[in-house]
Amino acid sequence: MSNNTKTRKVRKYLNPYLGGVLLGLVLLAANFVAGRGLGASGAVKSVVATTIRAVDKDAVNTNPFMAEYAESHSGNPMKSWLVFEMLGVVVGGFLSGAVAGRLKLKVEHSPKITSRRRLVFALAGGVLFGFGSQLGRGCTSGSALSGMAVLSMGGFITMMAIFGTAFALAYFFRRNWI
Amino acid sequence: MGPLAPNELISENTNFLLAFFIGIAFGWVLESSGFSSSRKLAGIFYGYDAVVLKVFFTAAITAMLGLLFMSLFGWIDLSLVYVNPTYLSSAIVGGVVMGVGFIMGGFCPGTSFCGAAIGKIDAMVFIAGLFIGVYGFAFTYGWWEKLYLANYLGEPKVSEKLGMSDGLFGLFMILAALGMFIVAEWAEKKFPREEY
Repeated sequence: MSNNTKTRKVRKYLNPYLGGVLLGLVLLAANFVAGRGLGASGAVKSVVATTIRAVDKDAVNTNPFMAEYAESHSGNPMKSWLVFEMLGVVVGGFLSGAVAGRLKLKVEHSPKITSRRRLVFALAGGVLFGFGSQLGRGCTSGSALSGMAVLSMGGFITMMAIFGTAFALAYFFRRNWI
Repeated sequence: MGPLAPNELISENTNFLLAFFIGIAFGWVLESSGFSSSRKLAGIFYGYDAVVLKVFFTAAITAMLGLLFMSLFGWIDLSLVYVNPTYLSSAIVGGVVMGVGFIMGGFCPGTSFCGAAIGKIDAMVFIAGLFIGVYGFAFTYGWWEKLYLANYLGEPKVSEKLGMSDGLFGLFMILAALGMFIVAEWAEKKFPREEY
Protein backbone atom coordinates (compact mmCIF):
# COMPACT_ATOMS: atom_id res chain seq x y z
CA MET A 1 0.00 0.00 0.00
CA SER A 2 2.85 2.39 0.72
CA ASN A 3 4.05 1.86 -2.85
CA ASN A 4 0.62 2.64 -4.04
CA THR A 5 0.54 6.01 -2.25
CA LYS A 6 3.98 6.88 -3.61
CA THR A 7 3.15 6.15 -7.21
CA ARG A 8 -0.37 7.44 -7.10
CA LYS A 9 -0.98 11.09 -6.46
CA VAL A 10 -2.92 11.65 -3.25
CA ARG A 11 -6.12 13.41 -4.12
CA LYS A 12 -6.72 16.85 -2.65
CA TYR A 13 -9.31 17.58 -0.01
CA LEU A 14 -12.74 18.87 -0.85
CA ASN A 15 -13.32 22.63 -0.95
CA PRO A 16 -14.26 23.37 2.72
CA TYR A 17 -17.39 25.38 1.85
CA LEU A 18 -18.62 22.59 -0.41
CA GLY A 19 -17.77 20.10 2.35
CA GLY A 20 -19.76 22.23 4.77
CA VAL A 21 -22.84 22.31 2.52
CA LEU A 22 -22.64 18.53 2.07
CA LEU A 23 -22.23 17.98 5.82
CA GLY A 24 -25.22 20.28 6.38
CA LEU A 25 -27.30 18.22 3.95
CA VAL A 26 -26.30 15.02 5.79
CA LEU A 27 -27.35 16.62 9.07
CA LEU A 28 -30.61 17.75 7.47
CA ALA A 29 -31.22 14.19 6.24
CA ALA A 30 -30.65 12.85 9.77
CA ASN A 31 -33.23 15.28 11.14
CA PHE A 32 -35.71 14.49 8.36
CA VAL A 33 -35.38 10.72 8.78
CA ALA A 34 -34.89 10.26 12.51
CA GLY A 35 -36.02 13.59 13.96
CA ARG A 36 -32.59 13.98 15.53
CA GLY A 37 -29.16 15.17 14.49
CA LEU A 38 -25.82 13.45 14.09
CA GLY A 39 -23.67 12.24 16.96
CA ALA A 40 -20.56 10.33 17.89
CA SER A 41 -19.98 10.11 21.63
CA GLY A 42 -23.45 8.62 22.11
CA ALA A 43 -22.29 5.48 20.30
CA VAL A 44 -19.33 5.15 22.68
CA LYS A 45 -21.76 5.57 25.57
CA SER A 46 -23.91 2.73 24.20
CA VAL A 47 -20.92 0.39 24.05
CA VAL A 48 -19.87 1.37 27.58
CA ALA A 49 -23.39 0.82 28.92
CA THR A 50 -23.59 -2.56 27.17
CA THR A 51 -20.34 -3.82 28.66
CA ILE A 52 -21.18 -2.57 32.15
CA ARG A 53 -24.52 -4.38 31.94
CA ALA A 54 -22.87 -7.55 30.64
CA VAL A 55 -20.42 -7.64 33.55
CA ASP A 56 -22.87 -6.59 36.23
CA LYS A 57 -26.52 -7.47 35.57
CA ASP A 58 -27.55 -5.49 38.63
CA ALA A 59 -25.78 -2.29 37.53
CA VAL A 60 -29.07 -0.54 36.73
CA ASN A 61 -29.90 -0.72 40.44
CA THR A 62 -26.45 -0.03 41.84
CA ASN A 63 -24.92 2.45 39.40
CA PRO A 64 -26.78 5.78 39.08
CA PHE A 65 -25.24 6.40 35.63
CA MET A 66 -26.75 3.13 34.40
CA ALA A 67 -30.07 3.99 36.00
CA GLU A 68 -30.05 7.36 34.26
CA TYR A 69 -29.07 5.67 30.99
CA ALA A 70 -31.84 3.06 31.27
CA GLU A 71 -34.39 5.82 31.84
CA SER A 72 -33.58 7.53 28.55
CA HIS A 73 -32.78 4.43 26.46
CA SER A 74 -35.18 1.52 26.44
CA GLY A 75 -34.18 -1.88 25.13
CA ASN A 76 -30.78 -3.07 23.96
CA PRO A 77 -28.27 -0.18 24.09
CA MET A 78 -26.48 -1.48 20.97
CA LYS A 79 -29.71 -1.17 19.01
CA SER A 80 -29.37 2.57 18.90
CA TRP A 81 -29.46 5.03 16.02
CA LEU A 82 -26.04 6.42 16.82
CA VAL A 83 -24.37 2.99 16.93
CA PHE A 84 -25.54 2.25 13.37
CA GLU A 85 -24.63 5.77 12.28
CA MET A 86 -21.08 5.45 13.69
CA LEU A 87 -20.58 2.09 11.98
CA GLY A 88 -21.43 3.97 8.80
CA VAL A 89 -18.92 6.72 9.65
CA VAL A 90 -16.10 4.18 9.82
CA VAL A 91 -17.16 2.69 6.46
CA GLY A 92 -17.60 6.12 4.85
CA GLY A 93 -14.28 7.43 6.18
CA PHE A 94 -12.51 4.31 4.95
CA LEU A 95 -14.08 4.53 1.48
CA SER A 96 -13.19 8.20 1.10
CA GLY A 97 -9.62 7.54 2.25
CA ALA A 98 -9.34 4.58 -0.13
CA VAL A 99 -10.56 6.57 -3.14
CA ALA A 100 -8.25 9.47 -2.34
CA GLY A 101 -5.20 7.27 -1.70
CA ARG A 102 -4.91 8.25 1.96
CA LEU A 103 -5.05 4.79 3.58
CA LYS A 104 -1.88 4.49 5.62
CA LEU A 105 -1.05 3.15 9.04
CA LYS A 106 0.82 5.99 10.77
CA VAL A 107 1.09 8.26 13.76
CA GLU A 108 0.57 11.79 12.53
CA HIS A 109 2.51 14.40 14.47
CA SER A 110 4.50 17.60 14.16
CA PRO A 111 8.17 16.96 13.26
CA LYS A 112 9.11 18.77 16.49
CA ILE A 113 7.66 16.07 18.73
CA THR A 114 8.07 12.30 18.99
CA SER A 115 5.39 9.76 18.10
CA ARG A 116 5.36 8.74 21.72
CA ARG A 117 4.57 12.27 22.90
CA ARG A 118 1.83 12.55 20.28
CA LEU A 119 0.23 9.29 21.45
CA VAL A 120 0.39 10.28 25.14
CA PHE A 121 -1.39 13.55 24.34
CA ALA A 122 -3.89 11.76 22.06
CA LEU A 123 -4.78 9.38 24.88
CA ALA A 124 -5.10 12.17 27.46
CA GLY A 125 -7.16 14.26 25.03
CA GLY A 126 -9.42 11.29 24.35
CA VAL A 127 -10.01 10.68 28.05
CA LEU A 128 -10.95 14.32 28.62
CA PHE A 129 -13.15 14.48 25.51
CA GLY A 130 -14.91 11.26 26.50
CA PHE A 131 -15.54 12.50 30.01
CA GLY A 132 -16.58 15.99 28.89
CA SER A 133 -18.99 14.62 26.29
CA GLN A 134 -20.87 12.77 29.01
CA LEU A 135 -21.03 15.78 31.29
CA GLY A 136 -22.00 18.05 28.40
CA ARG A 137 -24.58 15.57 26.98
CA GLY A 138 -22.90 15.20 23.62
CA CYS A 139 -19.77 16.17 21.73
CA THR A 140 -18.94 18.46 18.84
CA SER A 141 -21.34 16.51 16.58
CA GLY A 142 -24.29 15.78 18.82
CA SER A 143 -24.31 18.81 21.06
CA ALA A 144 -22.54 21.61 19.21
CA LEU A 145 -23.24 21.03 15.49
CA SER A 146 -26.62 19.28 15.71
CA GLY A 147 -27.70 21.56 18.57
CA MET A 148 -26.88 24.68 16.55
CA ALA A 149 -28.88 23.46 13.56
CA VAL A 150 -32.02 23.25 15.71
CA LEU A 151 -31.06 26.54 17.42
CA SER A 152 -30.69 24.86 20.82
CA MET A 153 -29.30 27.29 23.36
CA GLY A 154 -27.35 24.46 25.01
CA GLY A 155 -25.78 23.62 21.64
CA PHE A 156 -24.50 27.16 21.17
CA ILE A 157 -23.17 27.31 24.74
CA THR A 158 -21.34 23.98 24.41
CA MET A 159 -19.91 25.01 21.03
CA MET A 160 -18.56 28.26 22.49
CA ALA A 161 -17.15 26.46 25.55
CA ILE A 162 -15.34 23.83 23.42
CA PHE A 163 -13.81 26.19 20.88
CA GLY A 164 -13.25 29.03 23.37
CA THR A 165 -11.30 26.75 25.73
CA ALA A 166 -9.24 25.22 22.94
CA PHE A 167 -8.37 28.70 21.61
CA ALA A 168 -7.51 29.95 25.11
CA LEU A 169 -5.15 27.03 25.75
CA ALA A 170 -3.66 26.82 22.24
CA TYR A 171 -0.59 28.81 23.28
CA PHE A 172 0.40 26.25 25.94
CA PHE A 173 0.19 23.31 23.56
CA ARG A 174 1.70 25.04 20.52
CA ARG A 175 4.80 22.82 20.46
CA ASN A 176 2.57 19.83 19.71
CA TRP A 177 1.14 21.39 16.59
CA ILE A 178 3.34 24.13 15.10
CA MET B 1 -44.46 14.22 6.43
CA GLY B 2 -41.12 14.42 8.17
CA PRO B 3 -39.49 13.53 10.45
CA LEU B 4 -40.11 10.02 9.13
CA ALA B 5 -39.35 7.86 12.18
CA PRO B 6 -41.19 9.91 14.83
CA ASN B 7 -44.19 10.07 12.46
CA GLU B 8 -44.00 6.28 12.16
CA LEU B 9 -43.75 6.44 8.37
CA ILE B 10 -40.78 4.06 8.47
CA SER B 11 -40.14 1.08 10.74
CA GLU B 12 -37.50 1.03 13.46
CA ASN B 13 -35.27 -1.26 11.40
CA THR B 14 -35.55 0.96 8.31
CA ASN B 15 -34.58 3.87 10.53
CA PHE B 16 -31.46 1.97 11.67
CA LEU B 17 -30.57 1.05 8.09
CA LEU B 18 -30.90 4.70 7.06
CA ALA B 19 -28.74 5.63 10.09
CA PHE B 20 -26.02 3.41 8.66
CA PHE B 21 -26.25 5.10 5.23
CA ILE B 22 -26.37 8.58 6.75
CA GLY B 23 -23.28 7.56 8.75
CA ILE B 24 -21.48 6.55 5.55
CA ALA B 25 -22.21 9.97 4.05
CA PHE B 26 -21.15 11.64 7.32
CA GLY B 27 -17.84 9.73 7.41
CA TRP B 28 -17.22 10.34 3.72
CA VAL B 29 -17.73 14.10 3.99
CA LEU B 30 -15.60 14.37 7.16
CA GLU B 31 -12.72 12.40 5.63
CA SER B 32 -12.80 14.11 2.25
CA SER B 33 -12.81 17.52 3.98
CA GLY B 34 -9.61 16.59 5.81
CA PHE B 35 -11.14 15.89 9.23
CA SER B 36 -9.18 12.63 9.49
CA SER B 37 -6.02 14.65 10.14
CA SER B 38 -5.41 16.02 13.64
CA ARG B 39 -2.86 18.54 12.37
CA LYS B 40 -5.37 19.91 9.91
CA LEU B 41 -8.05 20.08 12.62
CA ALA B 42 -5.76 21.80 15.14
CA GLY B 43 -4.88 24.39 12.47
CA ILE B 44 -7.89 26.48 13.40
CA PHE B 45 -6.39 27.20 16.82
CA TYR B 46 -3.17 28.56 15.28
CA GLY B 47 -4.63 30.21 12.18
CA TYR B 48 -2.75 28.08 9.65
CA ASP B 49 -5.77 26.02 8.57
CA ALA B 50 -9.34 27.12 9.15
CA VAL B 51 -11.05 24.12 7.56
CA VAL B 52 -12.82 23.28 10.84
CA LEU B 53 -14.44 26.68 11.11
CA LYS B 54 -15.45 26.80 7.43
CA VAL B 55 -16.95 23.31 7.30
CA PHE B 56 -18.56 23.50 10.74
CA PHE B 57 -20.34 26.81 10.29
CA THR B 58 -21.32 26.20 6.66
CA ALA B 59 -22.84 22.89 7.78
CA ALA B 60 -24.69 24.41 10.75
CA ILE B 61 -26.16 27.16 8.54
CA THR B 62 -27.10 24.76 5.73
CA ALA B 63 -28.92 22.42 8.10
CA MET B 64 -30.56 25.27 10.00
CA LEU B 65 -31.84 26.92 6.80
CA GLY B 66 -32.88 23.53 5.44
CA LEU B 67 -34.98 22.84 8.54
CA LEU B 68 -36.55 26.30 8.46
CA PHE B 69 -37.47 26.01 4.77
CA MET B 70 -38.73 22.44 5.10
CA SER B 71 -40.90 23.54 8.00
CA LEU B 72 -42.18 26.49 5.94
CA PHE B 73 -43.12 24.14 3.08
CA GLY B 74 -44.81 21.77 5.52
CA TRP B 75 -42.33 18.96 4.82
CA ILE B 76 -41.21 18.56 8.42
CA ASP B 77 -42.90 19.06 11.76
CA LEU B 78 -40.27 20.84 13.83
CA SER B 79 -42.15 20.09 17.05
CA LEU B 80 -41.16 16.43 16.54
CA VAL B 81 -37.48 17.24 15.97
CA TYR B 82 -35.25 16.77 19.00
CA VAL B 83 -33.93 20.01 20.47
CA ASN B 84 -31.02 19.43 22.82
CA PRO B 85 -31.99 20.36 26.39
CA THR B 86 -30.05 23.11 28.12
CA TYR B 87 -28.41 22.29 31.43
CA LEU B 88 -26.42 25.48 31.78
CA SER B 89 -23.72 24.31 34.23
CA SER B 90 -22.88 20.99 32.62
CA ALA B 91 -23.02 22.50 29.11
CA ILE B 92 -20.30 24.96 30.12
CA VAL B 93 -18.14 22.66 32.28
CA GLY B 94 -18.50 19.73 29.87
CA GLY B 95 -17.63 22.03 26.96
CA VAL B 96 -14.53 23.33 28.76
CA VAL B 97 -13.32 19.78 29.50
CA MET B 98 -13.93 18.86 25.83
CA GLY B 99 -12.02 21.97 24.74
CA VAL B 100 -8.95 20.86 26.74
CA GLY B 101 -9.30 17.40 25.20
CA PHE B 102 -9.53 18.95 21.73
CA ILE B 103 -6.31 21.00 21.95
CA MET B 104 -4.42 18.10 23.57
CA GLY B 105 -5.76 15.28 21.41
CA GLY B 106 -6.40 17.09 18.13
CA PHE B 107 -9.59 15.17 17.45
CA CYS B 108 -13.18 15.18 18.55
CA PRO B 109 -15.06 11.85 18.81
CA GLY B 110 -16.54 11.85 15.28
CA THR B 111 -13.32 12.85 13.56
CA SER B 112 -11.27 10.33 15.56
CA PHE B 113 -13.33 7.45 14.16
CA CYS B 114 -12.72 8.89 10.69
CA GLY B 115 -8.98 9.13 11.28
CA ALA B 116 -8.87 5.61 12.67
CA ALA B 117 -10.75 4.35 9.59
CA ILE B 118 -7.87 5.44 7.32
CA GLY B 119 -5.14 4.11 9.61
CA LYS B 120 -4.19 7.00 11.91
CA ILE B 121 -2.77 5.36 15.02
CA ASP B 122 -3.07 8.57 17.04
CA ALA B 123 -6.80 8.52 16.28
CA MET B 124 -7.09 4.91 17.51
CA VAL B 125 -5.34 5.87 20.75
CA PHE B 126 -7.69 8.87 21.08
CA ILE B 127 -10.66 6.47 20.76
CA ALA B 128 -9.17 4.27 23.50
CA GLY B 129 -9.04 7.45 25.58
CA LEU B 130 -12.70 8.20 24.80
CA PHE B 131 -13.72 4.82 26.22
CA ILE B 132 -11.62 5.37 29.35
CA GLY B 133 -13.21 8.80 29.77
CA VAL B 134 -16.78 7.50 29.39
CA TYR B 135 -16.13 4.57 31.76
CA GLY B 136 -14.57 7.06 34.16
CA PHE B 137 -17.71 9.19 34.03
CA ALA B 138 -19.98 6.15 34.42
CA PHE B 139 -18.23 4.97 37.58
CA THR B 140 -17.88 8.40 39.20
CA TYR B 141 -21.30 9.68 38.12
CA GLY B 142 -22.37 10.10 41.76
CA TRP B 143 -19.72 12.77 42.23
CA TRP B 144 -20.94 14.84 39.27
CA GLU B 145 -24.68 14.21 39.43
CA LYS B 146 -25.46 17.57 41.05
CA LEU B 147 -23.43 19.43 38.41
CA TYR B 148 -24.91 17.25 35.65
CA LEU B 149 -28.47 18.21 36.59
CA ALA B 150 -27.88 21.80 37.77
CA ASN B 151 -29.51 24.86 36.16
CA TYR B 152 -31.91 23.01 33.88
CA LEU B 153 -33.57 25.54 31.58
CA GLY B 154 -35.74 23.22 29.48
CA GLU B 155 -35.27 23.13 25.71
CA PRO B 156 -34.99 26.81 24.85
CA LYS B 157 -34.02 28.02 21.40
CA VAL B 158 -31.46 30.84 21.22
CA SER B 159 -33.85 32.81 19.04
CA GLU B 160 -36.55 32.61 21.76
CA LYS B 161 -34.10 33.71 24.44
CA LEU B 162 -33.04 36.68 22.33
CA GLY B 163 -36.66 37.54 21.58
CA MET B 164 -36.42 37.27 17.79
CA SER B 165 -37.85 35.00 15.12
CA ASP B 166 -35.93 31.91 13.99
CA GLY B 167 -35.51 33.47 10.55
CA LEU B 168 -34.03 36.72 11.84
CA PHE B 169 -31.64 34.83 14.09
CA GLY B 170 -30.69 32.70 11.09
CA LEU B 171 -29.87 35.84 9.13
CA PHE B 172 -27.61 37.10 11.94
CA MET B 173 -25.92 33.71 12.09
CA ILE B 174 -25.20 33.81 8.36
CA LEU B 175 -23.73 37.32 8.68
CA ALA B 176 -21.61 36.24 11.66
CA ALA B 177 -20.35 33.21 9.72
CA LEU B 178 -19.46 35.36 6.69
CA GLY B 179 -17.48 37.65 9.00
CA MET B 180 -15.62 34.64 10.44
CA PHE B 181 -14.93 33.26 6.95
CA ILE B 182 -13.32 36.55 5.93
CA VAL B 183 -11.08 36.47 9.03
CA ALA B 184 -10.29 32.79 8.35
CA GLU B 185 -9.24 33.44 4.75
CA TRP B 186 -7.02 36.30 5.94
CA ALA B 187 -5.43 34.15 8.69
CA GLU B 188 -4.69 31.31 6.29
CA LYS B 189 -2.77 33.72 4.05
CA LYS B 190 -0.92 35.27 6.97
CA PHE B 191 0.25 32.11 8.73
CA PRO B 192 2.51 29.59 6.95
CA ARG B 193 0.56 26.60 5.79
CA GLU B 194 1.22 23.07 4.72
CA GLU B 195 -1.23 20.51 3.42
CA TYR B 196 -1.43 17.44 5.62
